[in-house]
Amino acid sequence: MATIAESVAGSGGELNSTSLLSIRSVAKHFGKNVVLRDISLEITEGEFLTILGESGSGKTTLLRILAGFEQSTSGEVWMQGERLDTQPPYRRRVNTVFQHYALFPHMTVEQNVGYGLAIAKRPAAEVESRVAEALAKVKMSAYAKSKPSKISGGQQQRIALARALVNRPRLLLLDEPLSALDANLRRQMQVELKALQREVGITFIFVTHDQEEAMVMSDRIALLRSGELEQVATPREIYNRPATSYTAQFIGHTNLLKADVRHGTAYCPPLQWLTSVPDGVALFSLRPECIRPASASPAATGSPALPTTVRFRAHLRDQAFHGATDLLRVESDGGLILTIRTASRDLPNSEAPLEFEFSAADAVPVRATSLGSNSESILGSNEEDRA
Amino acid sequence: MSATTPIKSPRWLTAHALAVFAFLYLPIVILILYSFNGQGVGGFPPRNLTFNWYRILFNDAPIWDSVLNSLLVAAAAMLIALLFGIPAALALDRAQFPGKALFRRLVLLPLILPGIITGLSLSMLFRVAEVKLSLLTIILGHGTALISVATTEVFAGLQKLNRAQEEASLDLGATYCQTFWRITVPNLKLSIIGAALLIFTLSMDEIAVSFFLIGRDNTLPLEIWGRLRRGITPEINAISTIIFLFSLIAIVFWYRLRTRAEVTPEIGAELVETAKH
Repeated sequence: MATIAESVAGSGGELNSTSLLSIRSVAKHFGKNVVLRDISLEITEGEFLTILGESGSGKTTLLRILAGFEQSTSGEVWMQGERLDTQPPYRRRVNTVFQHYALFPHMTVEQNVGYGLAIAKRPAAEVESRVAEALAKVKMSAYAKSKPSKISGGQQQRIALARALVNRPRLLLLDEPLSALDANLRRQMQVELKALQREVGITFIFVTHDQEEAMVMSDRIALLRSGELEQVATPREIYNRPATSYTAQFIGHTNLLKADVRHGTAYCPPLQWLTSVPDGVALFSLRPECIRPASASPAATGSPALPTTVRFRAHLRDQAFHGATDLLRVESDGGLILTIRTASRDLPNSEAPLEFEFSAADAVPVRATSLGSNSESILGSNEEDRA
Repeated sequence: MSATTPIKSPRWLTAHALAVFAFLYLPIVILILYSFNGQGVGGFPPRNLTFNWYRILFNDAPIWDSVLNSLLVAAAAMLIALLFGIPAALALDRAQFPGKALFRRLVLLPLILPGIITGLSLSMLFRVAEVKLSLLTIILGHGTALISVATTEVFAGLQKLNRAQEEASLDLGATYCQTFWRITVPNLKLSIIGAALLIFTLSMDEIAVSFFLIGRDNTLPLEIWGRLRRGITPEINAISTIIFLFSLIAIVFWYRLRTRAEVTPEIGAELVETAKH
């Protein structure tokens, strides 16, 4: 990896014109504890990037390195051709919205928002108008003279946002800013925050452990696992084409199928389908909604013609109502257990096996990485895959 | 004890509480009463109430000299203790250095150590260093002994401070120095005022250390102590009453500061939350 780091570092000034931030082989150790290893990431101007990960994945540490509150053990961070990670936090054109807002309790809302401008010694008239503008943008003008302790959590959240945005940073960092809000307010803020980001055009790096939140808000998601980047992609791509079993399981539900691939066919008894994966043992992710009840026209059963639509029979074991959809657990003839998401409806409560199908293309080959922090292989450890 | 049965308030418990209360405050009440007693310190109940002792007191130059000396010593000791104590507390809270755990315990030692030991050792030090004993030596004695009070009080305040606030300040462009004065100090204001008041009071009535370091000028406690050896007069009661009143005012002042501050939310709870991430 050192060679990559060097070659990237060599190109210091002349970056891609749309690239705002360049994280190059950043690692962070706390004593023997490796929190981040070899993180490289390019963030484009105006992008909404979410760093998604479980607690302990290192996402907050990465954010703190960008803000300047932690020093990376190795690696570099560049912003628009300038080295960022060697600068103290107060010289970076980066602002942060803290997890618990960290408003100054001894100042009014107005003074909180104007703090950065006052420090920068902007003229009083400018401070006043920009603070008023920022408060209006987050719909908090009425509370300008209040103390932070007198307003609700959601309102404090807005003030923290205004306090950061009023300085017109190049980059805004948000450290799980919505985690303290209740579910309804949270959904509302997700929409508002996304709209605000579009409006101000500032690059956002948003840290969260909530995969749904990440999918709703982001242009791209960077999934962190145990201090390493698992996958960086758009929400659709990361959901539809997960690169690893961890990604597939962490983002949404999935069926992990362990298959034997021989001559372009994956065998996972009783299923088999066409694949371009080279011969050997491989893992596939098959989303529950990709499996559907088979259409009426009966295909020739037992045909070895290797169809692109895979059909199988299975017994219904369990049905859970989830509003618009139902989650079914079915057991196929060979004892393979699969989770299936279908439109909500009552299924015939009979002992007779049901017929299901899925497209071979929906079985996405994934690299095996484990869920959770231990690095043991998932192969054979999941009840859904029966070798 | 079942919650449904009404608890009979035991009479003896009330009586006991009253007794404790009396034990604590009766001496002070008597001290105050006798400062108005025309008969001097003897006789019960006090008779011929008079302000005479106060009149004598106000014309008693040596007493007022000693009061001034005490105020000077207390103010100077307070400055010294805060000047050294606040950076020590900051170091304990923020810096990592070898022997930090030891330092943290040792800094408390002067507070626990009997005043005699502190006083004696300082007096020997000054003798070796050939420093003439004066108010200055008392100031140095009080100042050094009370650094521990400043350190512990301010350290406690720092522990309750939400560090994210300081990070937010740095994030918004303030340097470390600006952050210290605009965010850290205002948040520590109560701890610093509390430490200052405590140091001032402790210095005002300190007798053991002062005894070893005294030069020609007396502090108030030593002046009173010296007079008591010649026999008590209600004049002492009068000066004690005045001291008591001033202490009371200081306590009320401190208490009001504190309750006003507690209206703002507990930043400690937020700190715990932040620490968990």
